[in-house]
Amino acid sequence: MLAYLAKRLGYYVVLLAVAVFLSYVLSSLALSPRGYFEGRQPPPPAGSVEAQLSALGINDHTPLMDRFGTWASHALRGDFGRTIDSGSVEEEFGRRVGVSLRLLLAGTVLGTVTGVLLGAWGAVRQYRLSDRAVTLFAFLLLSTPTFLLAVLLKLGAMKVNQAAGGELIAFTGEKTPGLTGSATTLLGDRAVHLLLPTLSIALGTAAAYSRYQRGTMLDVLGSDFLRTARAKGLTHRAAVLKHGLRTALVPMSTFFAYGFLALFTGAAFTEKIFGWHGMGSWFIDAVGKSDVNSVVAVNVFAAVMVLLSGFLADVLHAALDPRVRTR
Amino acid sequence: MTGPYAEARAEAGVETEAPVLALRDLRVDFTGPDGPLPAVRGVDLALRRGEVLGLVGESGSGKSTVALAAMGLLPRTARVGGSVRVGGDEVLGAGERELAALRGRRMAMVFQDPLSALTPVHRVGDQIAEAVRIHQDVGREHARRRAVELLDLVGIPDPGHRARAYPHEFSGGMRQRAMIAMAVANDPDVILADEPTTALDVTVQAQILDVLRTAQRETGAALLLVSHDLGVIAGMADRVAVMYAGRVVESAPAPELFAAPRMPYTLGLLGAVPRPGARVLTPVPGTPPELRLLPRGCPFAPRCPLADDACRAAEPEPVGGEGHSVACVKANEVVARGLTAPELFPADVPAAVREEVPRDGLPAVLRVEGLAKTFPVLKGAALRRRGGSVYAVDGVDLDIRRGETLGLVGESGSGKSTTLLEILRLASPEAGEVELLGHDVRGLTKRQARELRGSVQIVFQDPMASLDPRMTVGDIVAEPLRAQGADRGTAARRVPELLRLVGLEAAHAARFPHEFSGGQRQRIGIARALSVEPELLVLDEPVSALDVSVQAGVLNLLRRLKDELGLAYLFVSHDLSVIRHVADRVSVMYLGRTVESGPVEEVFARPRHPYTRALLSAVPVPDPVVERGRERVLLAGDPPSPVVRAEGCGFRGRCPLYATGLAPEGRSRCERERPSGAVACHFPQS
Repeated sequence: MLAYLAKRLGYYVVLLAVAVFLSYVLSSLALSPRGYFEGRQPPPPAGSVEAQLSALGINDHTPLMDRFGTWASHALRGDFGRTIDSGSVEEEFGRRVGVSLRLLLAGTVLGTVTGVLLGAWGAVRQYRLSDRAVTLFAFLLLSTPTFLLAVLLKLGAMKVNQAAGGELIAFTGEKTPGLTGSATTLLGDRAVHLLLPTLSIALGTAAAYSRYQRGTMLDVLGSDFLRTARAKGLTHRAAVLKHGLRTALVPMSTFFAYGFLALFTGAAFTEKIFGWHGMGSWFIDAVGKSDVNSVVAVNVFAAVMVLLSGFLADVLHAALDPRVRTR
Repeated sequence: MTGPYAEARAEAGVETEAPVLALRDLRVDFTGPDGPLPAVRGVDLALRRGEVLGLVGESGSGKSTVALAAMGLLPRTARVGGSVRVGGDEVLGAGERELAALRGRRMAMVFQDPLSALTPVHRVGDQIAEAVRIHQDVGREHARRRAVELLDLVGIPDPGHRARAYPHEFSGGMRQRAMIAMAVANDPDVILADEPTTALDVTVQAQILDVLRTAQRETGAALLLVSHDLGVIAGMADRVAVMYAGRVVESAPAPELFAAPRMPYTLGLLGAVPRPGARVLTPVPGTPPELRLLPRGCPFAPRCPLADDACRAAEPEPVGGEGHSVACVKANEVVARGLTAPELFPADVPAAVREEVPRDGLPAVLRVEGLAKTFPVLKGAALRRRGGSVYAVDGVDLDIRRGETLGLVGESGSGKSTTLLEILRLASPEAGEVELLGHDVRGLTKRQARELRGSVQIVFQDPMASLDPRMTVGDIVAEPLRAQGADRGTAARRVPELLRLVGLEAAHAARFPHEFSGGQRQRIGIARALSVEPELLVLDEPVSALDVSVQAGVLNLLRRLKDELGLAYLFVSHDLSVIRHVADRVSVMYLGRTVESGPVEEVFARPRHPYTRALLSAVPVPDPVVERGRERVLLAGDPPSPVVRAEGCGFRGRCPLYATGLAPEGRSRCERERPSGAVACHFPQS
């Protein structure tokens, strides 16, 4: 098993290197930090632009391979360079990951659990009114773009606030700036701020998972082993929960793995709309400012997460399904 | 539990005891796209403690539906009427909670396919322990110990360890043992077994039937044994009920039913089963009726040679009560005239005559010597590499002369199919020799290979899957001709002739495969194979997907074609009764090797290899007297994995002779040397 894992890790390192190289080349060719500096008001002297670009290691007059070499040798030592505003990429990164995690954790967990339960329930009640209602709702949510959903939620909250005559539901940023008080007050404030983004993420996640889970569950519901479980004396409900749902979760392991590591890479629209400064908004801002080093850092991190998700999916699959363990 | 038991019970007056399972006028309708499908139409059955009731019928006769209805396990779309009483409790109409309390405790079920019937993600021991804990108020640890005891009872070696295994780590036979352990966990009054051995090999089937007997004896339960296999029924059942089109048409004590059936359908069914001594099979003409379009009168009337207006006017009710009941207007006539199956259903072929032609004078059609084929076992995720070999075929010898049928038998995994594919490949084998019509396939040019390909054709097992659903029957039959270069006109002229040859009509050429029944489809497959006038026909399990009454017709057709066209057959089957009936010579395979071959009469009468002996003794004979009287050689365990090529004899792990009957020198010889020769055994019986 260890040898297998080590080999697996080896493939990942190779894949990662390829991904990093491609994303560096692409970012460097597509973005123009020189234009960002030259466009400043008042226009800085040419010498100073040249100097700043060189200092950041993103001067397009240096050959691309040289730039990549310098960046890579630093990156290997854990130094991802400076942002275009001369801040530390690692510090920015640390801050942003935390924000994204805080934003997405509750929504993802809630969405996953709800989605699985709704899907399983819908499958058991296939083609009845309740199943059709869940299906309709799921497709409605799936076909609504995130930004539209978020904006609708915001509008709804505004109406509620208007009706209440005060800010009952806060939806901008992580917390009310300058608020002081006990830990409970501060925590409560953060919870209120989380409400809308969590709802927006949970709804979309639940809609997607409910469809997958309904499908895997339907495959299992007609199976012989469920009939055996009932022949033993389990009620239909107990058999479905103990033998059916457990088996129907196996094919879901891949979705779970990718879904949970996506927590760290952030959600661009949700962050932007609710004013959270997480990974997603960092990436958008960095592209806007032609901040090559930040864009590359986000890409590297995303690549690591994708590879880790694949690994996690395999581990999860093996944990849920004894049939793959023995191979 | 077997015949004598039933009689003893009758003498002791146990017959008056209340039945533990009683079905009264059971009716089941499934909702179909074109209205309700009556699957079961008024079935009365009663089982008493310790009794074994065999429920036989062909596919679609409703026998499995009866078992599921008794458990209350039919899908919700089924409409069930009548009454099912288990002891004093009514099953029909009971709520899920009440039913759950009965299931597993009062009545338990063993299903057909033991792989899909166990939950793949839970340990076998846990699944049995669960059955214990549902109905008994015991702790987790106690239930687990009980599960191990139960596994021991059903003959799982090292049960403490094996209880921790998952279903996929068990062989088919072991899974079925686990199913039985689960069924008897709560000492039920009734065990319902739905085709419990149909998915298993014949030597494993013999083991499982033995376990079922043990389980039934230990619990004293009544057993409802649902099976299409009359041999299995003959060996197990005290009483037999025969189902046709959703009704019990005849029911009687087993010896009486097999010896003196009264309903023409039962006669036909019994006559259609190949058995020792029967030289002609009686095919029942036609096919079972579609449930949606049942005739007004007796549903068997359209196929019955005795049917008259009375039969077609109204469906007869079963008469005769508890003893020998039969639902047939003509039953008295059958008894009075002493009709037999061959008289009722005259076969369309003359009785087989085994001509004593010296074999040496006949030209060889196929000669195979020392054939071997291995498959790589791949390891590694991205960079696949060979980690070992499956020795699928590891020393096969075959010899077929013109006009001969060689039966190739062996259990699943013994390498039969691989052998066929290697022969049909017409290319150099990995090892050994293949000689077809005198040509060594090793030196064939492409052109020669193509010509030779026309002289060996194959008929497949699944007649539906092997016919292209989008081609007309005419195109299907003509395709091999076209492939051999015949022009469209010539090919088209041959088609009507070929269809008539296999007992179909020329007009069928314009239809599509789905418009035909299973037996007719197999005839189409045979017509296709015959189109290029082959000299050797390879038949890969040609009748195993067919019901017995239909199977008989196809087997008779094959016999007639052989006589008329002078064909040679390589007939692969797991069913030894069929092989005995059709083959001139037989070749037995075990673990990729030919272990014994010879004339069929000789091998069946005096098997010399211990494996052949065990295999033959495991085949159930559809005659209760013979079946219960004979001595059995039960093989232990399952065939070993073909991935390991052990030194010495591959069979010794299961060999009864090696286990008990050999001196130490003999044993060590079996461990060291691989046996070879016509009987691949160091100590063949003489």
